[in-house]
Amino acid sequence: MILTVLHKTRYVFAAPVGGIVQSLRMTPAKSDSQRVLDWSIEVPGAVLGTPLRDGAGDILQTASVRARSEQIEVTVRGTVETTDTAGILRGHRERVPPRAYLRGTIRTEPNRAIIDLVDATLSALPDATALERAHALSAAVSEALPYTPGSTDAHTTAADAMTAGKGVCQDHAQVLIACAHLAGLPARYVSGYLNATEDGSPHEASHAWAEIFIDGLGWVGFDAANKCCPNDQYIRLGSGFDAQDAAPIRGLVLGGSEEDLDVTVKIAAQEQRQQQ
Amino acid sequence: MVAQYFNEMYDSDKLRPPYRTLEGWYQKMPAEFRAIKQAEAEDLFRRYGITFAVYGEGGDPDRLIPFDMFPRVFTAEEWRRLERGIKQRARALNAFLSDVYDRGEIIRAGRIPADLVYRNEAYEIAVAGFRPPLGVFSHIVGIDLVRTGPDQFYVLEDNCRTPSGVSYMLENREVMMRMFPHLFQENRVAPVDGYARLLKRTLASVAPEKCERDPKVVLLTPGHYNSAYYEHSFLADLMGIELVEGQDLFVEGDFCWMRTTEGPQKVDVIYRRIDDAFLDPLCFRPDSTLGVPGLMNVYRSGGVTICSAPGAGVADDKAIYTFVPEMIRFYLGEAPILENVPTWQCAKADDLKYVQEHIAELVVKEVHGSGGYGMLVGPKADKATIEAFAAKLAANPSNYIAQPTLALSTCPTFVEEGIAPRHVDLRPYCLVGRDIELVQGGLTRVALTEGSLVVNSSQGGGVKDTWVIAEE
Repeated sequence: MILTVLHKTRYVFAAPVGGIVQSLRMTPAKSDSQRVLDWSIEVPGAVLGTPLRDGAGDILQTASVRARSEQIEVTVRGTVETTDTAGILRGHRERVPPRAYLRGTIRTEPNRAIIDLVDATLSALPDATALERAHALSAAVSEALPYTPGSTDAHTTAADAMTAGKGVCQDHAQVLIACAHLAGLPARYVSGYLNATEDGSPHEASHAWAEIFIDGLGWVGFDAANKCCPNDQYIRLGSGFDAQDAAPIRGLVLGGSEEDLDVTVKIAAQEQRQQQ
Repeated sequence: MVAQYFNEMYDSDKLRPPYRTLEGWYQKMPAEFRAIKQAEAEDLFRRYGITFAVYGEGGDPDRLIPFDMFPRVFTAEEWRRLERGIKQRARALNAFLSDVYDRGEIIRAGRIPADLVYRNEAYEIAVAGFRPPLGVFSHIVGIDLVRTGPDQFYVLEDNCRTPSGVSYMLENREVMMRMFPHLFQENRVAPVDGYARLLKRTLASVAPEKCERDPKVVLLTPGHYNSAYYEHSFLADLMGIELVEGQDLFVEGDFCWMRTTEGPQKVDVIYRRIDDAFLDPLCFRPDSTLGVPGLMNVYRSGGVTICSAPGAGVADDKAIYTFVPEMIRFYLGEAPILENVPTWQCAKADDLKYVQEHIAELVVKEVHGSGGYGMLVGPKADKATIEAFAAKLAANPSNYIAQPTLALSTCPTFVEEGIAPRHVDLRPYCLVGRDIELVQGGLTRVALTEGSLVVNSSQGGGVKDTWVIAEE
């Protein structure tokens, strides 16, 4: 499938700021599931660094603005050819040992409710394979957290979401990571895009899911929010221990003031033949 | 049981050769003269501005670290063996770091458990697959040594991140030479003042490949609230480089720049004295105000070198320590010259059981602790302290390791009544860049309280000048 992306992120500051530095994780890396046909990042007024590939295989780029600014706008445009690999991340060049992702952070720290959820799910599956356990945990997380837009914010931890009993894709991913860790499976947070189809899927185009490492298969994506594994409707931007670590934009404003964030993402599928 | 301690000056009442001239020196020193000299030393340290704030104790942040005038002395022969052992260890630790951020051969070979390395908080996935210039991760390796006999030295711990204290090594010598110049005429003491030059050379030698000029080296400090700030400014001064804080640097494009009155200047090497977590809010802790936003991207694309390399801490973790002799055999194919202290990992059930049964005889430490905090010295603790500690240990065993209480050697130390033996350790500073270098000396820390085995300056320890006597 050919997916086109137009993603604009605009920060407007209440008072001019003394400078801005951002680390952008906004370029899809090549794998068997995705191939970039064209891609551009524009940040008017900013000096962009040369893109670099980090140990996790993500493509990072620095944007710096030294002048006093009242706003900054990041525009990402591109076209990606995607292939359905049943959620399996193959052909992605990375150097981080999977076991490093057994480590939790404050956002993926389990609470009693998460421990109970894992116990209840796994005790029913004494002979299950790692893949089966991962699927069961993902289904359990979907069930435990009905998708409720606006119920949580960017700082919500897995434990908070579990206590609230609802969440958005970020919460599903972080709770699933906590669950996978308890089951002894390396897991990480993935940010990207989803081409929300017309089958009633309500999710936003900016999306997040979890990847769980399964011996023999490698990293496998689990989108608990949509009760599926990522397919050719998904574009993967990058990964990290949790939502903050994997954020597409990590920025810092000098002499920071209140900021107003405006994000629009448009994803559309093109017919394959139109590209020929 | 009476513990036998090796006295470095008097070996069963016989004067050991390196201390030969010092016996007459202290015996002939009148008490009033000694008091005057002690006051003079204190005055000199105050004037140099050398103070050490003690974490968590409150009180005077400008408190002087006590200086004991009685030098601690090694023969050239003793030092040669130490030097070979220290350099060997520094090589192995760097080989380990290069390996675990690359293919992890030592883990594949089953010589070190994967989880100990990869699940370690200090293992930075941000630098997996990245090779710093010359493959060096730890440019200043501080190795804490204790002595238990004429030829028995043990490594207590390794410090691969930003070991502090070297300014005391330099200042102690400076003060001693000013106060007792004749001692340095009577004894051929190897100089230590080349350290700053060697440090600068080491830092310059790891400049990025992209750097095609005389490298610009800066020292990045967290600022004057840090307990080692004095040392940061002292070293920057000696090396003739800028002392900067995070806000003095910025990232633009593929480089890191320093703000100056004449406009931005490109920086090639950062000798950082701040922890990984605070280096770059866009990569590590987002709330850090001490670091430089975007620095890790520049670092990873080869625009600047950070010393020590982010992620170096995984080599000096107390749980990894046990495996350093294995690293030496694995990477260097050599037998370890310096021994490790036998260590029980409380994460292991058998080890924990042993530690719980013998807690009153052991030293129990937090895996990630430093500075002598969160530590139990069994034989020196009362029953209530031991019980309280045992409860903490039982609640979180994997947070602790234990070691036998070592019979630390003693060195004569000035006390009220004259001199008395006090326990000492040694921290030499090994420099790793294009070459591996070590000045002949280090920081001797002394436990000033009679019988105490805790030498940390944060726990009331003092320091001494450390001599290596050149051969006749």
